[in-house]
Amino acid sequence: MASELPMAKDAPKDSPSSGLRGFMRALGAVVWKDLAAELRSRELLTSMLVFSLLVILIFNFALELDAKTRATVTSGVLWVTFAFAGTLGLNRSMAIEKDRGCLDGLLLAPVDRSAIYFGKTVGNLVFMLIVEAIVLPVYSILYNTNLLQPGLIAVILLGSIGFVAVGTLLSTMAVQTRTRDVLLPILLFPVIIPVMIAAVKASSGVLQGIDMAEILPWLNLLLVYDIIFTAVAFMVFDYVVEE
Amino acid sequence: MIEVRKLVKRFGLKTVLRGLDFHVEPGEFVAILGPNGAGKTTFLRILASLSRPSLGEVRIAGYRLPAQASHLRRRLGVVSHLPLLYGDLTAEENLRFYGRMYGVSNLNSRIGEVLELIGLAARRRDLVRTFSRGMQQRLAIGRAVMHDPEVMLFDEPYTGLDQDASAMLDTVLRDVAAMNRTVVMTSHDLARTADLASRFDVLSRGLIAASIQRAEIDPNQLLAFYRRAISEG
Amino acid sequence: MEKGAKPRLLTILDVVTILLLVVATAMVFFYAPMEAVMGQVQRVFYFHVAAGWVGMLGFLVAAIAGVAYLRTAKRKWDIVGLSAVEIGMVFALINIVTGAIWARPIWNTWWTWDPRLTTATIMELIYAAYLLLRQGIEDPDRRARFGAVYAIIGFLSVPLTFFSARLFRTIHPVVIGTNQPGAEGAFDMTSLMLQTFMFSLLTFSIIFADLLWHRIRLGRLADKVEQMKLKMAE
Repeated sequence: MASELPMAKDAPKDSPSSGLRGFMRALGAVVWKDLAAELRSRELLTSMLVFSLLVILIFNFALELDAKTRATVTSGVLWVTFAFAGTLGLNRSMAIEKDRGCLDGLLLAPVDRSAIYFGKTVGNLVFMLIVEAIVLPVYSILYNTNLLQPGLIAVILLGSIGFVAVGTLLSTMAVQTRTRDVLLPILLFPVIIPVMIAAVKASSGVLQGIDMAEILPWLNLLLVYDIIFTAVAFMVFDYVVEE
Repeated sequence: MIEVRKLVKRFGLKTVLRGLDFHVEPGEFVAILGPNGAGKTTFLRILASLSRPSLGEVRIAGYRLPAQASHLRRRLGVVSHLPLLYGDLTAEENLRFYGRMYGVSNLNSRIGEVLELIGLAARRRDLVRTFSRGMQQRLAIGRAVMHDPEVMLFDEPYTGLDQDASAMLDTVLRDVAAMNRTVVMTSHDLARTADLASRFDVLSRGLIAASIQRAEIDPNQLLAFYRRAISEG
Repeated sequence: MEKGAKPRLLTILDVVTILLLVVATAMVFFYAPMEAVMGQVQRVFYFHVAAGWVGMLGFLVAAIAGVAYLRTAKRKWDIVGLSAVEIGMVFALINIVTGAIWARPIWNTWWTWDPRLTTATIMELIYAAYLLLRQGIEDPDRRARFGAVYAIIGFLSVPLTFFSARLFRTIHPVVIGTNQPGAEGAFDMTSLMLQTFMFSLLTFSIIFADLLWHRIRLGRLADKVEQMKLKMAE
């Protein structure tokens, strides 16, 4: 009987599912899907935003800063806020896929697994950047300081990329365990320390107008981290979603 | 179309499928019956390329699993008991998303076609989270046929549906199966599958314990056949 | 020799390990001279660094085992990885504690936020996270795969963490070779000290290998028991 089965054909060369076009199309579809759903419910962004503002508020009372001290502590406060809010977003983003079995739906599609990884990562990055874009002006207003500087924005971009690259991978794992939400920060924070240190030092360097030559090593570190971990996460993602 | 030889699936040290053999001709509609825990869902997940066999050979449409899974997926449509739909998107948007993921051409007209097929054209702009379970299940089937797959796998599609919804599902399934597709469906519900399937297999204790064509058996005898198959395993 | 019985080589290794440990301890207390500036407490250094080395070694072995598991899906690599983490975790803890013991009399503080100590602590936390991750997974294959992935990610992050912490600040003694003026707490090693140091490193490495072998055996035997239990239940 088996000999009568049609032999496996290679995927035709112009098949829309193969190659770069298919990859980009799937990536775009995943990002579009996350953005469209979020636009409708706004629940992820709202919770991340409210959470961020609450954290900043708490820092304000807990640290009792005068204007001078505040200058040195601002970047620390910002990055702690971003890390916590980011974790919230990562958890939620993956939970949506897991709860209705949608992760299976993604895996059934005839696309490279890494397209799913990059799609989710880009989506997570966009959400994180949106929250950061709102927090910066708010913080500036609350504390009468100007945070909207191009140097700072570059640091925030690099730092967020590193955060999200590892975070998406780890949240994919965490969402498949019993302990779920609780596990993500435990897995993520120790591994993300280089990003935190570099981002905080680079941020405060920019805000204090320190010489570029001193900030550069931190930026390099961020860049190296981003590249290494995006590459590793992309290579390893298959193993994290297969059964 | 589907060729399974000596399929073994282990989870750690526990063996769920023990050297299962299974064969389906193109165009057949096979219902797999079996008690809970027999391994029906596990088996279907392996066929769907969502799970890897521990041992044995699985071929669908000539493609070997898991090695050639990526080539196979385009020809496979899967409906599980979870809807695999995004509640915050409309019916149309869900179909559009999956259409894009599968590289479906003429997406807009295809979406329209599918919505007609599953009887949800009127609700295309409604959010899926407002849908009843029956409607979600129909939309799930729509999702699964967007890319016109040759092989369709259904895992307990009637779960949680009331009489009316089940009747609607019957119609949709019949239409879907009619287009010369190969269908494998697992089910608890003997009565419903009796009308649809051309063959009945019983999966018990990790193996296909019995198999019979519809032509060979009177629908009334199906329950007895099933009971016999399980007890003998 | 019956299956499951302790291999003779392992018994020999056990004996060698114990001997090495006795000799190393003797060397630390009697062979190595007392350091001029820090006094007796400096003797902690030998085992402190050796333990830190083993902590890193555990990480390395776990990462390699992780890669091996992902490529081959053979259960034994998972056992190796888990064993390496468990043992590495203990030694990293020894490293941290001895670091504190050393720091207290010299810098009058239990904790110094210097790069090496900080990195060791973060490593310890990654180890703990690894174990917690495994604990939350039922399916053994998934447990092994996730463990492997996290071991790799964790291992890759450590050098970057160390580097960033180092850029951040330094009071840890820079021991081997450099004579940086103003580096607090630095000391030059005489040849006797160097010998003791090297010997401690060797001893601890052998201890690691010995414990690893034991732990892997334990893992395998536990698997066999599980298998037999399942066979009986059928």
